Amino acid sequence: MVGGLGEKKKRPQRYWEGEEVRKPEPEQVGPPDSKKPYQDGGHLGKKLEPGRRDQISGKKRPQQYWEGEEVSKPEHKQVDLLDSKKPCQPGVHVGKKSKPGGRDQISGKVDPFPGPAVISDEWVQKFRRGTKPKEKGKVSNKQLRHKLALQEEKAEAAAKQAARMDLLLLEEPGFLEGDEGEDTCTITQADIADAVDLAAGAKRFELRLAQFGPYRLSYTRNGRHLLLGGRRGHVAALDWHTKALLCEINVMETVTDLAWLHTETMFAVAQRKWLYVYDNQGVELSCLKRFHGVQRMEFLPYHFLLATASETGFLQYLDVSVGKEVATICTKGGRLGVMTQNPSNAIVHLGHSNGTVTLWSPNVKEPLVRMLCHRGAVRALAVDGSGSYMATSGLDRKLHIYDLRTYQRLHSLLLPIGAGHLDFSQRGLLGAACQEVVQVYKDISVCPSKKPYLCHALPRAAQGLRFCPFEDVLGVGHEEGFESLLVPGAGEPNFDALESNPFRSRKQRQEWEVKALLEKIPSELISLDPGQLGTVDTISLEQQRQERVARLGYDPEAKGKFSPRRRMKGRDSAGSRLKRKQKVAAEEQRAAIRKSLAEKGQVQEPESPPEAFPASRRSALDRFRK
Amino acid sequence: MAAEKEAVKNEPALSDPEEEEEEDDEVAAKKHQQLVETLSTLAGGKRPRAAERTEASRYISEYDVGGGGANEKVLLSELLKPVSTSSALGSIRKQLSKVRQTKAVQLPLSKEENERVVREAAYTQTSQALAKWDPIVRQNRNAEQLVFPLQQDCVTVAPIEEVISNWKPRTPLEEEIFNLLHKTQQPVKDPLLTPHEKASLKAMSLEEAQLRRMELQRARALQSYYEAKARRERKIKSKKFHKLLRKGKSSKVLQEFEMLRKCNPEAALEQLEKMERARIEERMSLKHQNKGRWAKSTVIMAKYDLEARQAMQEQLARNKELTQKAQPTSDSEEDGKDLEADGGLVPDVINEGHVGVDPDNPWMLGKASAESKEEPRVPEDSVGDGMEEEEPTMSNEEALLQDFAERRQGLRCLQVTSEAQGLDGEEAALMLPDVLPPAPPSPGPEEPLLREKLERLRTLEDMEALEPEEVVQREQSVQSEGAEPLQPVQAELLSQADGGRTAAAKKTGKRQSLIDLKAVLADTSTSMQCPLVPRVVQDELESTTDQRQVIREAFASDNVVADFVKEKRRAEQDGKPKAVDLVLPGWGEWGGTGLQPSTKKRRRFLIKPAPGPPRKDQHLPHVIISEQRNISAAAHQVNQLPFPFESSQQFERSIQAPVGSTWNTQRAFQRLTAPQVITLPGHIIQPISAEDANLIRQTDQEKAAGQKPALDLISLSKCHDRRRASKKKSWKR
Repeated sequence: MVGGLGEKKKRPQRYWEGEEVRKPEPEQVGPPDSKKPYQDGGHLGKKLEPGRRDQISGKKRPQQYWEGEEVSKPEHKQVDLLDSKKPCQPGVHVGKKSKPGGRDQISGKVDPFPGPAVISDEWVQKFRRGTKPKEKGKVSNKQLRHKLALQEEKAEAAAKQAARMDLLLLEEPGFLEGDEGEDTCTITQADIADAVDLAAGAKRFELRLAQFGPYRLSYTRNGRHLLLGGRRGHVAALDWHTKALLCEINVMETVTDLAWLHTETMFAVAQRKWLYVYDNQGVELSCLKRFHGVQRMEFLPYHFLLATASETGFLQYLDVSVGKEVATICTKGGRLGVMTQNPSNAIVHLGHSNGTVTLWSPNVKEPLVRMLCHRGAVRALAVDGSGSYMATSGLDRKLHIYDLRTYQRLHSLLLPIGAGHLDFSQRGLLGAACQEVVQVYKDISVCPSKKPYLCHALPRAAQGLRFCPFEDVLGVGHEEGFESLLVPGAGEPNFDALESNPFRSRKQRQEWEVKALLEKIPSELISLDPGQLGTVDTISLEQQRQERVARLGYDPEAKGKFSPRRRMKGRDSAGSRLKRKQKVAAEEQRAAIRKSLAEKGQVQEPESPPEAFPASRRSALDRFRK
Repeated sequence: MAAEKEAVKNEPALSDPEEEEEEDDEVAAKKHQQLVETLSTLAGGKRPRAAERTEASRYISEYDVGGGGANEKVLLSELLKPVSTSSALGSIRKQLSKVRQTKAVQLPLSKEENERVVREAAYTQTSQALAKWDPIVRQNRNAEQLVFPLQQDCVTVAPIEEVISNWKPRTPLEEEIFNLLHKTQQPVKDPLLTPHEKASLKAMSLEEAQLRRMELQRARALQSYYEAKARRERKIKSKKFHKLLRKGKSSKVLQEFEMLRKCNPEAALEQLEKMERARIEERMSLKHQNKGRWAKSTVIMAKYDLEARQAMQEQLARNKELTQKAQPTSDSEEDGKDLEADGGLVPDVINEGHVGVDPDNPWMLGKASAESKEEPRVPEDSVGDGMEEEEPTMSNEEALLQDFAERRQGLRCLQVTSEAQGLDGEEAALMLPDVLPPAPPSPGPEEPLLREKLERLRTLEDMEALEPEEVVQREQSVQSEGAEPLQPVQAELLSQADGGRTAAAKKTGKRQSLIDLKAVLADTSTSMQCPLVPRVVQDELESTTDQRQVIREAFASDNVVADFVKEKRRAEQDGKPKAVDLVLPGWGEWGGTGLQPSTKKRRRFLIKPAPGPPRKDQHLPHVIISEQRNISAAAHQVNQLPFPFESSQQFERSIQAPVGSTWNTQRAFQRLTAPQVITLPGHIIQPISAEDANLIRQTDQEKAAGQKPALDLISLSKCHDRRRASKKKSWKR
């Protein structure tokens, strides 16, 4: 019945012996997308090569001539070409046929797979940055040309290496596949839990907490810890893998929202009036009275910023590393009950009651973008991990998928009763909570199907919905507790241990914290285009030029005034020189006039040849006219 | 007085021979001379003159006969000989010729010139000496990494063969093993290879590699020869030569084609296509239009010259052949004939639409219409029957096409002229299909088939505006019944615009005719089917209160859209650069209360700014993108192009690829961050010396020659391997 589940055999390993197995080796291979998303497009985890230690020290063993060169370049290319035609899923291939002139090994055996493994170009493309400039001959400086070429070559080689290292990603994602004629959405959670192995099955659980009802939730970035907050003051933090409780308190106030900060040692809780920060023992660390009436919170992990949206329409940013309020923006958008962050560029999205979605950065006091998404109010928002798709749902019961690169709508779905909560998983599944029914959609940004991927009914209406990172788990908080659902294919199967390690020890966490703080990105760099830092600021460049002109009194880069060339004897009379000068001047003037005419749009078409005069007015000279 | 005596003494010695020869005369002369001399000394000459031999004396024979010696006698035979043969004269002749040949010694150069010459020579010498360093300098500049000191004494590690060769088995066990190894011919000592391995090594030996390289060299040389030849030939200016060449080529191609047709029809087809293409290209050129200089001159010559006439005819034939229209099918020909039979009452266009060309191709249709314009326009018979309801939401192109088709069938007659008067033509054409209601049929005036004039249907701006909205329009056309009719929307939009600003309002109205916000919002949302439905919905379904939803949807705050439009307009207005008003009331006019500067003055002193760049959300009706600049981020940006870069693109590209170890593998990271210069601690870094340079050159030569055994090569190259040049290659793996 459940076809795709066979592929998911990673969990037990991680669960039982995760710490022992994973910890000692420093070189964990990370998922390409989990890493520092603010820097650039494609990302790659920390990767070390297993062999080749001798190369790292920088000194090369002189290659003996009998060892044989591993690659001769043209052959390599050929195989590349051959390979790129095939559809290549894992990306790395091993060249099957031995090359004709292949060298024998010392032992006398022929290497059946000579040379390094072949990587398809598409796969390498994932690791390339930008596009290669097309015109090559433009660089006039020879040395610069050489330097640029060298750089290109290095970057290309680095991309290739990175693509090659993808081989070390052990886990492969899989999805639930129904039998013929069976929809995956009819498969119940109980069926899935029965079919999967014991450890994975243990991730499906339910917490009945009827007393302090409706619950909101938050997972840590490595997916290990869970924070639950009931409306009526109940706050609990737990390691949900082992179900070990970190703390459980009742704040004796209304809890509107809560979020983990950068590690599992601290979390923020938005209470009736103010914002509070607790540690993992439940001890109140601070009370931020400047943040009052907070409705929703988002933590921006790379900037150490806690963004809060209040009921009075204020969007505030708190730098949790120094405890400073970075920005306070009055959005003038009414009560802010819908908020999400774009994980690729740390832009905060807010949904408003007039159907618009606004995009904010702490540096600009007005919305960067304001989109009209719904006729009615916006109820929920979600942005996918790559930052290119946004899902919105509104009171008009519709679910829209927008492309954030073009701000165009891609798809629109009509849900039975609009979705109140939305969340994208790491691998692009969209979870939607419509009252007490939770639906999960697959491939929604590409081609939405008629039916959801998974469907599940809760006992009561949902209040919070989050996918757990690096796990195939969807956590849903509702009025009578919390439910953890199994969603095959939701989480990224490979994690980057240096980035977010679910199995990290205390020491590792501390080390990571220090490194993360050192690599903290200043909040000034938050902008719509995360690559802005890598571009030359042409506007101020222009401004500087103007200032320089003003300072010097002339434009040093301007074209010089025309002075006629000295001609040979006899043609260099003052008169002829003046004539030449005037010619150029007239040409310039003509160009200016032409330009101004073109601006006015009054460019006259070339005159038609003058018609012949009527016979009555023929002059004597007209007889020479043809 | 002593001097006088000496002179006197000398005198007889000189004049001895003469004395003896002709004594009487001699003596007299001598005496006479002596007398003269003594007299002259007496007269006051201090110094006696050195004795001279005066040539002009009569005693000297003209023929140099008697000059030889005292006792020599002149032979008659000598006298009879010609002068040239006489040997005695030889030396004199030689002297004479020498004197004649040697010219005067030239003047020495002036000081400046001399210095200049020396300077030039010194310069060339020095530059030659320094030019030797050029490749080294270049290499070092371009080197990825330099390790100083450049020349290092390489530590030689004793090869393992040597170490092993000194070893001898001692214990009996060792001996036994040794024996065993010997039996199986395992390598024990030098060279540490089994015979098999040796053989395999030989299989790809240096010679082979050399051979291969030589082959490659040869191929390259051949190629360069060929290229040079081609270049030379191309440079030849003779037209005749090229003509012949071309003819030869074309005939060759034809022959080949014939051959191909026989043996390989597919390839022949391809060839045919190529030829067709060539024909088209030639057709495109104006070569055979008889407009060139040659053609004109030949036309004149053709009257008198038969050859020229022939050439002209050929040319004409070629032109005709080229310009002949390709006839796609035989059907069309028939049609054409029919048409002709009709007497040309109906223009070709009517039937041509479906003939041979794709009717959906607007280009072809456009061409047809253009052609038809040349022909006299035939008025249609005005049938004017019941008009067809034109779908208002049709996209412009489709509408135009359909319109065209309908007219062709003579079914419809639209009166456009009256409408077109109001709007300019282009706008009318644009807005007609979707904005204006279909006009009632007018029976009276007959209309020409084509109402298109030589006017652009769409300006570039329109196209620009249209492009991103194509998707929207498609959507629109797909769900025509679902969306509200467009007219009221536009009316609403137009009414919202201020009535006072006519031009601006017209413009915005025009844009909004292209971009409709409501059309953007209204959409086909696919309703999801879900096995589980929330209870509320279930209840609703059970109670079948479907109307409630309808009402709710209808009242879903409709002013949302209007608000947004208003907001967007405000943002646009705010973003526009403001005009500077420099009007001074009363300037140049009479003052007083209620002063109103004249419009002329006002216009003159109002400085209009240049329109800013187009807004980013120009084509997105549902989006407002802030044009504000992120100043705080700009503070961190590079605002001056760093030195060697010539354009910002280069610089941006150069910092695009990440360098850190987070995004790269360890090896890539190390290579990317390798320092450019490494200085080894504890070493004296000497300036580069000629030996270093020579070393490089030598090794290069050796590499090129490939004479030495490979092992030596490696040991040598190890030394300057530090110069990472070779590392690059090994890294590429």
